[in-house]
Amino acid sequence: MKKIALIGNPNTGKTSVFNRLTGLNQHVANFPGVTVDKKSGLLKLNNEQVTVIDFPGTYSIYPHSADEKIVYDVFSNPKHEDFPDAVLVVADASNLERNLLLFAQIYDLNLPLILIINMSDIAHRKGIEIDIEKLKIEFPTITICQTNARVGAGIDILKEEIFKLNSKTNLITDRKQILENYTLANNNDTVSQEIETSKRFEFIKNLISKFVQNKSQNVSKSKKLSFYDKITIHPIFGYVIFALILISIFQLIFSIAALPMELIDGSFADFASWTAEELPAGILSDLLTGGIIPGLGGVLVFLPQILILFFCLGILEETGYLARAVFIMDRIMRPFGLNGKSVVPLISSSACAIPGIMATRTISNKKERLITILIAPLMSCSARIPVFTLLIALVIPNKYVFGFINLQGLTLFAMYSLGIITALFIAWILKIFIKTEEKSFFLLEIPDFKVPRWSNIFISLFEKGKVFVLEAGKVILAISIILWALATFGPSDSMQNAVKNINYSQHQNADSSQVIASVKLENSYIGILGKTIEPVIKPIGFDWKIGISLITSFAAREVFVGSMATIYSVHQEDNKGLLQTMRNERNSLGKPIYSLATGLSLMVFYVFAMQCMATLATVKTETKTWKWPLIQLFYMGGLAYLSSFIVYQVFS
Amino acid sequence: MSQSLNICKIGEKLRVSSILPSEISSKLLEMGFYSGKEIEILYKAPFGDPIAIQVGDYVLSMRKNEAQYIEVIKSVNN
Repeated sequence: MKKIALIGNPNTGKTSVFNRLTGLNQHVANFPGVTVDKKSGLLKLNNEQVTVIDFPGTYSIYPHSADEKIVYDVFSNPKHEDFPDAVLVVADASNLERNLLLFAQIYDLNLPLILIINMSDIAHRKGIEIDIEKLKIEFPTITICQTNARVGAGIDILKEEIFKLNSKTNLITDRKQILENYTLANNNDTVSQEIETSKRFEFIKNLISKFVQNKSQNVSKSKKLSFYDKITIHPIFGYVIFALILISIFQLIFSIAALPMELIDGSFADFASWTAEELPAGILSDLLTGGIIPGLGGVLVFLPQILILFFCLGILEETGYLARAVFIMDRIMRPFGLNGKSVVPLISSSACAIPGIMATRTISNKKERLITILIAPLMSCSARIPVFTLLIALVIPNKYVFGFINLQGLTLFAMYSLGIITALFIAWILKIFIKTEEKSFFLLEIPDFKVPRWSNIFISLFEKGKVFVLEAGKVILAISIILWALATFGPSDSMQNAVKNINYSQHQNADSSQVIASVKLENSYIGILGKTIEPVIKPIGFDWKIGISLITSFAAREVFVGSMATIYSVHQEDNKGLLQTMRNERNSLGKPIYSLATGLSLMVFYVFAMQCMATLATVKTETKTWKWPLIQLFYMGGLAYLSSFIVYQVFS
Repeated sequence: MSQSLNICKIGEKLRVSSILPSEISSKLLEMGFYSGKEIEILYKAPFGDPIAIQVGDYVLSMRKNEAQYIEVIKSVNN
């Protein structure tokens, strides 16, 4: 099957062209040997089909980042498996000079080529008129198409031209010959590159004067800044607007997502209990109802938050606002080794780290992106709230300091602040330790304000959802089945014996099924594990019961509350019963187990510990290696243990 | 007299005279800062950094750290 490469500068509407050509027939994979996303799609017309490969946006064939390097690697090596049979170069009509640099480089490779002049409507509005016929005379051997991919104009003609290229049988007859004709400079030879680039710009300047009329010249641009430009970068209003937008996004992820999340949770729970009733009791039914179905629910439950965040982010990016937000935030984030683009992912992470980490894709600098990913789970997410609420009610008195500050509220605020401050501090440390080969620079194009292209946003939502469910979902499902098995099974007889030996008279307030569940959990592998780690967690004030809940809540932090309820055999829905039981717990010396020291230590543990398998799975998907999620697991775990130790020793 | 772009003011009409040798000189050239190119600082971020520059038909923002490698001369018709 023929391969067609789609390349162009960023912000040229390349994605729109790709979406118009392939629709939902898209597929994301990796370029061989590197961790760069390769988006490809099928283009069909009259029984014929070709594969269109969407290359990362680049300003030149000579690379300055890992993403751009793939373009150089493929085009400089005709034996590369992704070496195309023909190339589509997308150029922004309103900015031809810079766009034609890449075109000129590709043109000299002598591949079958279509130049797509996109967004001529915007160029026209800016007073830029392009005489395509004159351009065609300059380049008689290639095809030149004019499109307005935003509304779909010119796409049908483009498709036909692509298949005209395709049907020429002698597309590339001898790849060896092409290799010999190659004019590309060595990737590291920047001196030759600079000489070549200067010559090309001479040529392009001369060329443009022949076919482009620009009536917008000679006016001081800074006097023509629009109202939106001025207000979004204003030293006060700029930040007010950005704060309002962030608060709205946060609220949307936090509150609007709650309804569909409950719906997903509820329907999977219903489905599990229905399956339990329908299937004959046994190990298969247990696996389905206790492991697989809740595991699937545990994957899908994140979709509402992911989709809402990327919908908002899509609008911010498509309109051109995001570049301005990054512009005003960059100086503030820089001391921490972060980028202006780190702000949105970090704020989103305080609702849920998973969409937050997925949103770091917009950060083009590898090092800054990695730091953002590594610190994102330190922002207190919504899954920590049930844990904090339970523990605060347990150990913090409902009193007021200075007459108006509620002590319980203050504690919650302190936990949130602790997460944020630590995240920035860790970022600052990571800045020193993480080394990348990439040159670090900040060059960000600020596009004009535009109306968002909704179809682009929805196609990207579909892609994000698909990647999360299929990639991260696999890992989440696998871990939840393992956790289920560890909590369900125990060493051969000990579980049955323990259940047989229950002395129900000791549990007057609980019904028998709750007592059985509690005893079973205690004697399961997780129960045994919880007891085994007791010596380790004793110095931070935890007993084996907390130990068990720490392990089970690796599935998701809020599981801690449910696990505690199971262990103390009280109703899950009834926080009051659980509170009362936990309050009455005494250690061997007759002192309350849930003292202020233990409560605070446990809260701090939950601020820092990487107690979320879904986040780990997402970090794996995003960084494409297990190295970073494991580093994250251990540094956050170490931080949690150390901080809890200090807190416990200080307060006890 | 040529001077570094990072000390120029908003609205001054500037012409690129050269790119100082650095890690990013080829990148800056590819972004359109060839010698003779007319540019103008459009606006600056609240702390004076980064800055947004009109380069021909588009706007590019960069940190002052990058801008120091771009040598410019003020156009006579200022």
